[in-house]
Amino acid sequence: MTDNSPREDDYPAMNETFDRASPFADDAGVKAGPRPDISDEEADAAFAEVVTVDGVDPVAARAALADVPWEPGAPKPDPILVADGVVRRFGGLTAVDVDHVEIQRGVITALIGPNGAGKTTLFNLLTNFDTPDAGTRVFNDKNIDNVAAHNIAGHGMVRTFQLTKALSKMTVIENMKLGATGQKGESLFRSIFPFMWRKQEKEIEERADDLLIHFKMDHMRDQFAGTLSGGQRKLLEMARALMVEPEMVMLDEPMAGVNPALTQSLLGHVTGLRDQGMTVLFVEHDMDMVQEISDWVIVMAEGQIIAEGPPASIGENTAVVDAYLGSHHDSALDLDQEL
Amino acid sequence: MDYQAIIESLFRGLIGERFIVFALAAIGLNLHFGYTGLLNFGQAVFMAAGAYGLAMTVVTIGPAVNRNTGLNMSESTLFWVGIFMAVVVFPLVLALLMGIPTLRLRADYLAIVTIAVAEIFRLIARSPSLDKWTGSSDGLTGFTSTFYDLSPFTTTDRYFFNLFTGNQFFLVLVGWSILALGTLLCWLMIKSPWGRVLKAIREDEDAARSLGKNAYSYKMQALILGGMFGAVGGMVRAVGFSVAQPDNFITDVTFFVYVALILGGAGKVFGPLVGAALLYAVLDSSDTILRQLVANDYIPESIMSGTQVGQVRFMLVGLGLILLAAFRPQGIFGNKEEMALDDR
Ligand SMILES: Nc1ncnc2c1ncn2[C@@H]1O[C@H](COP(=O)(O)OP(=O)(O)OP(=O)(O)O)[C@@H](O)[C@H]1O
Ligand SMILES: [Mg+2]
Repeated sequence: MTDNSPREDDYPAMNETFDRASPFADDAGVKAGPRPDISDEEADAAFAEVVTVDGVDPVAARAALADVPWEPGAPKPDPILVADGVVRRFGGLTAVDVDHVEIQRGVITALIGPNGAGKTTLFNLLTNFDTPDAGTRVFNDKNIDNVAAHNIAGHGMVRTFQLTKALSKMTVIENMKLGATGQKGESLFRSIFPFMWRKQEKEIEERADDLLIHFKMDHMRDQFAGTLSGGQRKLLEMARALMVEPEMVMLDEPMAGVNPALTQSLLGHVTGLRDQGMTVLFVEHDMDMVQEISDWVIVMAEGQIIAEGPPASIGENTAVVDAYLGSHHDSALDLDQEL
Repeated sequence: MDYQAIIESLFRGLIGERFIVFALAAIGLNLHFGYTGLLNFGQAVFMAAGAYGLAMTVVTIGPAVNRNTGLNMSESTLFWVGIFMAVVVFPLVLALLMGIPTLRLRADYLAIVTIAVAEIFRLIARSPSLDKWTGSSDGLTGFTSTFYDLSPFTTTDRYFFNLFTGNQFFLVLVGWSILALGTLLCWLMIKSPWGRVLKAIREDEDAARSLGKNAYSYKMQALILGGMFGAVGGMVRAVGFSVAQPDNFITDVTFFVYVALILGGAGKVFGPLVGAALLYAVLDSSDTILRQLVANDYIPESIMSGTQVGQVRFMLVGLGLILLAAFRPQGIFGNKEEMALDDR
């Protein structure tokens, strides 16, 4: 999984600290961080190990989508997440009103829709960051209606935020290490006895470093996350989410504000996750990217799901065209320009 | 000019009893505000909890329990029970009382509740109707003999370059030991994954939650623990003054703790220590210096009289803080780059 996309280094230097991390560190065969000895191949292998979800065949999962009807709420052969009758109102505004939706395991599903369609609200409801007025959510055959938001990660589902939440006054590596679940040293009592958690901490740090190398952020590991650029923060947030070792990641506009070169490598990372068996649900406005990497597309408008289908089917769907451009529009969408 | 008096007051401020009290309270506030981002404007009430936890157990509650149950706890037993009440039970109850309703809400609610609770408890302690339990506005005395009986120092000599009486020196030594232990504990906790979660919550609670951290529980732990540090500080203060008095814990006390913390650098392990030492070195020595200047007519009566010294030194501290905010907003220990991250 080595890609030839430009490194993060191509990004304009943000500040002194960033300058000092040599953009040519890699070429010179020298890397920052505690594992200078690791090659890209080893890092990729380590990455694969970190993100692999056992028992999922991504190829079969994708193939199985061929039989799914192209209609809102279509049942999937192997759903990992099912939501039923989920409604969320803000005063008089019904932000989300989803009758039924299923997310297929082991594939990349894109969630698209005009601004204000309710995508972020739906994300919040699916991850219990917000409580619906009605409805049930089932993840991995377990009802998660009453699971607290902080326990969702433990169930194997982790989300990122539309407004990136890098923890500014913590370093990149600290951000990463925070993501690991089940840390012994996170108990107040054990915290004062370092011997009880030092070994685990070292393993976590190695895992974090492997991910950073894979995301080509290893040279920034000891910088404050607050010094990163917007795009770098998106990368960090995604890498940090993977520290949870989830079965499913939910990315809210992971590509927003990211430069085209970096976008390509982000897309590579997302498909890479899927190829290791992870389920990906992501919100995106750029139809090119949706076409490029998603296996299935769900379209929302005014809180409801109005269409579903493989990416190629979406452009011709009249409901979608109406939602984006208003009704009485008689041509198919020119996806390159309009969305 | 009596230079010796000036130097003595400087050192007493730097290492003396009030430094210890405020350093302990500031360590607690650092856990709240510096690491977890909790806006606690009632650190004074945790300090009061420590003072009254000890005093009430020894002087009012303990004897009442003895009378009503036939238990016959001696004064020294009551003293040790009192320490437990002061350090664990009182601050724990207070933290739960303030935290349960507010820690799920936005940060400002805790601020409102803490400042209110601090005043409510002070006024309750002052209330004449509770005189039997709290000693009302005069407070409680007579709970320190067990402590000072342990002192190996005489009451007649002066110790440590003549700075302290025997009892004071004993208190200062014990206080310093507690302070060292407290700083070590705090350092261990902050360097651990537990401390990492606190910082993450300070930076962004939702991010921490999305990564599986129970923000509510961690905030509660921080509130309780920081409150306990404050209580230890308040207890040291009560033992030092040999009195637990409501007006020793007015809202100003909380703000002095904030001043010490911000002066030293919030979110830094040694910030509270350095901040408190500096604050009291300046307060105490400027007091002596000004008095000397007035007494020796270096400052004419028309500008300032001896009785105004008390107020003027606070003006000096205020000026110092303004200069600090202008030239070193991150505090003595703080990191300027880190501070600047807020603006991005
Ligand atoms: N906390 C809130 N209070 C009131 N209204 C809200 C709240 N959150 C969202 N809304 C409303 O719900 C609707 C859906 O918002 P949401 O953020 O889910 O849209 P979105 O599909 O994510 O849009 P975008 O593509 O712009 O991110 C909007 O009309 C918004 O104004
Ligand atoms: Mg959104």
